[in-house]
Amino acid sequence: MKRILVGIKRVVDYNVRIRVKPDGSGVVTDGVKMSINPFDEIALEEAIRIKERGGADEIVVVTIGPADTQQQLRTALAMGADRALLVESAAPVEALDVAKVFLKIVEKEQPFLVILGKQAIDDDNNQTGQMLAALWDRPQATFASKVELADGKVSVTREVDAGLETLEIDLPAVVTTDLRLNEPRYVKLPDIMKAKKKPLETLALAALGVEPRRRVKAVKFEPPAQRQKGVIVKTAQELVEALKKKGLVA
Amino acid sequence: MSKVLIVAEHDGAHLNLGTAKCVTCAQAIPGAEITIAVCAADASAVAAQAAKLQHVAKVLKIENAANAHALAAVIAPQIAAVAAPYSHVFGPSTTFGKDVMPRIAALLDTAQISDVMAAESATRFRRPIYAGNSIVTVEVDAGTKVVATVRTASFEAAAEGGSAVVETASVSATLPTHTRFVSVSAAKSDRPDLQTAKRVISGGRALGSAENFNLLYKLADKVGAAVGASRAAVDAGYAPNDLQVGQTGKIIAPELYIAIGISGAIQHLTGIKDARTIVAINKDAEAPIFEVADYGLVGDLFTIIPELEKLL
Ligand SMILES: Cc1cc2nc3c(=O)[nH]c(=O)nc-3n(C[C@H](O)[C@H](O)[C@H](O)COP(=O)(O)OP(=O)(O)OC[C@H]3O[C@@H](n4cnc5c(N)ncnc54)[C@H](O)[C@@H]3O)c2cc1C
Ligand SMILES: Nc1ncnc2c1ncn2[C@@H]1O[C@H](COP(=O)(O)O)[C@@H](O)[C@H]1O
Repeated sequence: MKRILVGIKRVVDYNVRIRVKPDGSGVVTDGVKMSINPFDEIALEEAIRIKERGGADEIVVVTIGPADTQQQLRTALAMGADRALLVESAAPVEALDVAKVFLKIVEKEQPFLVILGKQAIDDDNNQTGQMLAALWDRPQATFASKVELADGKVSVTREVDAGLETLEIDLPAVVTTDLRLNEPRYVKLPDIMKAKKKPLETLALAALGVEPRRRVKAVKFEPPAQRQKGVIVKTAQELVEALKKKGLVA
Repeated sequence: MSKVLIVAEHDGAHLNLGTAKCVTCAQAIPGAEITIAVCAADASAVAAQAAKLQHVAKVLKIENAANAHALAAVIAPQIAAVAAPYSHVFGPSTTFGKDVMPRIAALLDTAQISDVMAAESATRFRRPIYAGNSIVTVEVDAGTKVVATVRTASFEAAAEGGSAVVETASVSATLPTHTRFVSVSAAKSDRPDLQTAKRVISGGRALGSAENFNLLYKLADKVGAAVGASRAAVDAGYAPNDLQVGQTGKIIAPELYIAIGISGAIQHLTGIKDARTIVAINKDAEAPIFEVADYGLVGDLFTIIPELEKLL
């Protein structure tokens, strides 16, 4: 069975205006809209396209998170994943331990490809895929904007600071997605109904033999420094004069 | 005492400015002794530049033909092999650092702290989360090996004038061959580099086409500015991906940032929080970009750009 594993993290929806709790103990997440991390939707879309082209037989979506993450997994199943695994943890799990959980699942499921998002937009860590690839001792191609499979290898175009880099990596491997890899499809109503019958398995973190640790403790959360609202100038002339006065242009 | 190992970013000939910014971040750790590791096929030129940075005690050359291109899977085991004596391993929060540092952290079985914007002590750091909408202070236990990426926009580059010892490290890690470099398409231009430019002019979806983006290039050349873009402009193919500014593009801190036809989505603003002066040009007076702009000009960019060109 040619299998692709996709990571799905439940995060605060990207349209939500983030508020820091007044006591500095965290960010307000109660009652706010939660969604699949946008990069993970892209990861799943890529897996579905590979399967549609005949490059894979099965797509398994995996999440480590609270029981509520079932909602996001159901959405993923409706999008086109075949099976879902929910590794339950009420408390947040650090990237290194998420990678260790993924390694356990990789050992069990033997995927030829693991596709994760390049970063989760809550903690903005950008670590998990790289860590999994290290622990698994396999190739990584991060920040992918193009993925081409061909007999045991993948050619991946990556968005890097200099422009676009192309790597060739052997399989199995870890790929992490950038925004321009694809545009995820919308879920259709009949698919949501069908997804209800697809298998969703719940596992305990302890059952996988990973004991999460808190290596990095959050001490306090603050809102960012606010910029002062500036002035509205009326003409281009006025703007250029203001900039000249400040020595910003010659 | 803290010993900080910094993983140098370079292109084989030149040390990237991000490395000098890591030095400044590391210096905030009391009593830190700083070493820079240069993984390269031939590390001499880059090592010589690293040795000139102030406050650097030592430069380690790690030479191997496999280092001709910076591949995370190849570099990580070499850094992990020399990391034992160090309390901290830092790299710049560029696509190079973001790619390689977590791989190093996992090999060292330790956590990574991403995008450090301040080191308050050897064990306490500040970093942005939620696209910069919150700043979290994090702490690790004393004695924990800290792997971190350094948010380059938060630090000045360390000055030259130092004279570190240069040593060659012999590393016996087995290097994988499963990852092969094929090509890089870098748009070569004579314009200032987006990440280090003092002035940046960015365009958004409103530019409407790649041809219209030329208006920005012309204006930028007049004032010696780099050109940036919003995600929408890049997605639409008006500008190449390496010009994207924001949460998933480049985080920049120019003295002057001019946003033209950009609405000011949170993800874009994340990339320009540290700009000294922000100018917004937008035809919609309600556009969120005006909330953060020091100077706002409401109007049509297609009439304003030519006016600016004449005035500058
Ligand atoms: C996970 C994630 C990550 C993201 N990362 C980034 C990122 O790194 N960088 C980024 O930029 N975006 C990012 N985005 C996208 C972001 O949310 C916005 O969609 C994007 O920034 C919008 O680009 P824009 O301002 O060019 O386009 P729009 O929002 O469409 O704004 C165009 C603006 O131009 C103005 N305008 C139109 N015509 C004219 C005219 N003739 N003259 C003057 N003004 C005019 C309009 O009033 C409008 O304000 C990300 C989104 C997600 C979900
Ligand atoms: N708790 C989690 N459950 C499932 N996937 C995760 C989890 N955390 C991270 N990932 C995956 O790893 C990617 C990068 O996350 P991060 O390293 O936390 O920024 C995400 O886009 C997901 O694909």
